[in-house]
Amino acid sequence: MLPGLFWLMALMVLPCLLIFGLIFFERGIYGGIDWSAMTLENIRRAFDPLYAVILWDSFRIAGLATAIALLVGYPAAYAISKAPEKAQTALLFLAILPFWTNYLIRTYAWIVLLNPAGLINTALASIGLGPWPLLYNEFAVVLGLVYNYTPFVILAIFAALQRLDPSYAEASRDLGATAATTFWRITLPLTAPGVAAGAVFVFVLSIGNFITPDLLGGGKFQMAGNLIYDQFLTARDWPFGATLSAGLIIIMLILLFAQALFSRRAMGER
Amino acid sequence: MTRWHKLHLGITYAFLYLPIIVLMILSFNKAGLPTAWGGFSLEWYGKLFANPKIQFAAMNSLIVAVISTLIATAIGTALALGVERSGPSAVREALLFTPMIIPDIVLAIALLSFYTLLRFSLGLHSIIMAHVVFNIAFVTVVVRARLKGFDWSLTEVSRDLGAGPQQTFWHITFPLILPSVVAAALLAFTLSVDEFIIAYFTAGAGQSSTTLPMQIYSMIRFGVTPEINAMATIVMGVAFVALFTAQRLNKGQVPGM
Amino acid sequence: MRIPTLVKGLAAAAILAVSATAALAEKIVVSNWDGYMPKDIAEKFKAATGIDLEVSVHATNEEIMGKVTASGGQGYDVLFVSSPFAEALNKMGLLAPIDAAKIPNLKNLYPEATQLKHDPGNTFSVPYTWGTTGLCYRSDLVKSEPDSWASLLNPADDVKGKTTMLATDRWLMAPAFLLAGKSVNTTEQADLDAARDQLIATKKTLLAYDDTTFYSKLVSGEASLVEAWDGWCNYGIASKPEIKYVIPKEGSDLWVDTMVITKAAANPEGAAKFIDFIMNADNGKWMVENIMYKSPNKAAMDALDPAMLKQYPNMAIAPAELLKFEQLRDLGDGMKAFSKTVSEIMAAK
Repeated sequence: MLPGLFWLMALMVLPCLLIFGLIFFERGIYGGIDWSAMTLENIRRAFDPLYAVILWDSFRIAGLATAIALLVGYPAAYAISKAPEKAQTALLFLAILPFWTNYLIRTYAWIVLLNPAGLINTALASIGLGPWPLLYNEFAVVLGLVYNYTPFVILAIFAALQRLDPSYAEASRDLGATAATTFWRITLPLTAPGVAAGAVFVFVLSIGNFITPDLLGGGKFQMAGNLIYDQFLTARDWPFGATLSAGLIIIMLILLFAQALFSRRAMGER
Repeated sequence: MTRWHKLHLGITYAFLYLPIIVLMILSFNKAGLPTAWGGFSLEWYGKLFANPKIQFAAMNSLIVAVISTLIATAIGTALALGVERSGPSAVREALLFTPMIIPDIVLAIALLSFYTLLRFSLGLHSIIMAHVVFNIAFVTVVVRARLKGFDWSLTEVSRDLGAGPQQTFWHITFPLILPSVVAAALLAFTLSVDEFIIAYFTAGAGQSSTTLPMQIYSMIRFGVTPEINAMATIVMGVAFVALFTAQRLNKGQVPGM
Repeated sequence: MRIPTLVKGLAAAAILAVSATAALAEKIVVSNWDGYMPKDIAEKFKAATGIDLEVSVHATNEEIMGKVTASGGQGYDVLFVSSPFAEALNKMGLLAPIDAAKIPNLKNLYPEATQLKHDPGNTFSVPYTWGTTGLCYRSDLVKSEPDSWASLLNPADDVKGKTTMLATDRWLMAPAFLLAGKSVNTTEQADLDAARDQLIATKKTLLAYDDTTFYSKLVSGEASLVEAWDGWCNYGIASKPEIKYVIPKEGSDLWVDTMVITKAAANPEGAAKFIDFIMNADNGKWMVENIMYKSPNKAAMDALDPAMLKQYPNMAIAPAELLKFEQLRDLGDGMKAFSKTVSEIMAAK
């Protein structure tokens, strides 16, 4: 346990103190830091409703992507866990392999598929449907996020399914429970840690993503990741970027603790 | 596996591979534009083989991803075991979650400022150290999902029977958690091999620490050519051949294939 | 006596080794976008000067700027950045002055290129390319030829939903400022508010904001009218002759990409030699022919095949004409209000 905690302290906590210390200073005229006076101005600016709107939008989009990715990923992970043991690793590997290609060219491929004259609309037209607006809208952003993060859900849930002893389900069925009851009462609660882990992956990676909103959303959508990236690099306002980041981290930690508390209560653990 | 399982898996894999097939087809795109077709050509493969920059960058990415995955998987698994065996601690939970939720650009600038302050030299090693930071968190989460409610009495029995802690770990605990460790390592490798922002900021100046995503994003301004698609197509091809060879040797089967 | 001789010998060997590595170590590191210089530039530069050239790549001005700000520029000798970034880097004290005596090829510049507003007299930056921002369109897909920023910002029905604007903050705002007759560098709250209202209304008519693939969208016909940098429009023209470029009647900005030497440069002499080398007519000509940007290098432009200027009419614009347009300047303290306005546009539905 110690090497891990040490690594995080040395290479995350210490470096980040350098950045979060900037919260109490102002951006210099040309983009550096004005060290001459301490201020709470950045915190005041962060409470502008504008940033709450952006945050809410990204939570909404990330939440939608998370829900869909779980719906796609859970049954896939479950099916993989039911495959012969020797095939499981291969199936996992197959699920993650597409993501060893570059994000940018994967996204370009989606543009080719989704555009009005693209493959999907051409296929739709051949059966007398469409063209549907599939690109540069919220649908495309959510699709892009679901696509890129579903494999992470599969991996996380697959890991959790390993703790599922098949004899539990058999016992449940022997006692007369239907397959649905067995799933809801036995399988799902036992795999809840995996579902939670997968959900966290999709949600946090979506919040921080800015390539998908830029390319598939046509730049018309802003995620929190976008906003913070722009503050640091485009506006070159590190103090304000640090303030917004601190706000985001605090809100996410509160959400995570609330989720952990909720699931612990729900499962009656400890 | 029931028929429904196979059907769902089939649809899911079709979804995952649909853009990959398009991406591969685009590697033969004569036009060289990212989203418009201009006829069949093999010229991008020729250009790729004549382009040492891309090959070199791909090798760098592989080095960074493999080493950071090995380190993060070992450290993260140990961390997950330690955390699950000891009592809850809110501070530790926050510490373990933060690498996942901290915006990439914050970690990137923080690490570069920190390295600069310490006059630490930059290169592939500084990228690896940075990638381990976020990968530890992802590995830990996956392995912990397996360890929730783990039956620790098994390890106690092993010790009672006279096995040392090392023996107990390698013979009892590790085989049980192995599938989740493999899943965690796959996830870590995937995150690292395509990561751009943190790698860019923690890389040294110069070509020796340019990774493939850095090379590709710098091509955006004057056009990302299908050389990159050709590279991806080759990677996919090699991975598929390796996978099927391994399956053959294993005498296992990939269902539905 | 034997031992001291041995020590002397070892010492001499060590000195030799050190000086040998010192001779080997004569190199410079240049950060640039991939593909912005000839592929064989390193070999040619080595042959001409004996100095090793290592090329590092960056994806955007913003990223190299962030990196140099955080690290002090350690490791880099020469950077290629757009002029507002060169200006800010200089004001932050991160650049070394340009010594004209060490860069004789500065004489190749048009006189106009030595009088750029961000750096008159080329004291800290040397221009590499320059051009305008205007409208790039499919003449076969638009009903009437666009001639004003209004054609983009308040589009006619036939192009509605088929237009794109640049996504980079300064170029996102510039058309609205130009249409309203304002400076592209204004940070007056009233100007920002008016531009915001205009651009939020425009956003509803856009296909997308796009910095990187708009010419591909024009070629495929997905878009028919886009805001574009002149050089990028040329990529479209190269694969589809129906594509045309026009500078709207309200004007444009004058964009300039520059070369700068970092203060942290390990080899400032080599850096100056590199800039001098890049400034020769051959390298300038390569850039114009392959990147299709205009060069502020008169020797390079004079060496061009006139047919090229015919195929890409926007290249033929006279330097004096270019200088009539205002350059984007670093906004200083005005940046806060400016970037908040951009966020408001981005967040608008």
